[in-house]
Amino acid sequence: MPHDHPDHDHEHDHLSPSGHPYRKDQDAPLSYFQNMEIAIRELLIEKGITTEAEVMATINQMDSRSPADGARVVARAWVDPAFRQRLLDDASAASREMGYDIGALRLIAVENTAEVHNVIVCTLCSCYPRNLLGLPPDWYKQKAYRSRVVKTPRAVLREFGLDLPDDVTVRVHDSTADMRYIVIPKRPEGTETFNEEQLAALVTRDSMIGVQRALSP
Amino acid sequence: MTEFVRVSELMPPGHVRTPAYLRGKMGLIERPLGRFGNPEQLAYGLAADKQKLYRVRFSMAEIWGDGAENPDDTLDAEIFAHWLTPLETPDAS
Repeated sequence: MPHDHPDHDHEHDHLSPSGHPYRKDQDAPLSYFQNMEIAIRELLIEKGITTEAEVMATINQMDSRSPADGARVVARAWVDPAFRQRLLDDASAASREMGYDIGALRLIAVENTAEVHNVIVCTLCSCYPRNLLGLPPDWYKQKAYRSRVVKTPRAVLREFGLDLPDDVTVRVHDSTADMRYIVIPKRPEGTETFNEEQLAALVTRDSMIGVQRALSP
Repeated sequence: MTEFVRVSELMPPGHVRTPAYLRGKMGLIERPLGRFGNPEQLAYGLAADKQKLYRVRFSMAEIWGDGAENPDDTLDAEIFAHWLTPLETPDAS
């Protein structure tokens, strides 16, 4: 019985016979805002302003975006100095130049160097360059990350396994208004002979948020 | 606008996109970002004025004082012009 073992109940009692954790059924009543979303969506469809197919297509498009898109942008910047400059000047235009339909996204690229390490947060909500990187990780949206990374970024980065030397300046970027940010991580050593595709495979989602380095080959 | 600015120390009710931890703090304009609809009006479905938006850089020492983890680290945030007062020098208050 779960109630007999309050200290370690979910580890043992919520596993299926094959060892997978059960996920609770989502059968709670709809919340106020879930109801409102359904009502507005149905009205928009009823009045012919949009269609079910259009809504599904948009959801599918959002789901299809992934950090791989951003990784290709970073890899291009590593191999093409002129593109790197265009990316730093106007990251939205540079992303579109590579064929990414990023909508109205206003993107700023910030570059990690030997002297500077950048890390992205949105303290007010969970702003994230979704149109280029897909959906944000859960921790990015949680208060622990959002409140701590602006005050003790080095301690937070250490928890991600990134211990920065004192002579590297940490720059935290709080996405407070209309801009979204992407970190261009440092190109890993030993990749001089790599092509763009091989380089892109080293660029992780977390390295573009700035909580990790790009992978070493 | 001069380069050094101070963020207003106001605590108005309603939807505001100036983080509380930066209010009253001094920073340096990193770059102008153009004009954007004022979120304090947009949030209520009002016709929004286009306000100048700036990316402002603060030192961790300025934000957190003696509690800063590393005083020379920095934080950039986007702040609307109506929250910023230009300063002649970084020491003006």
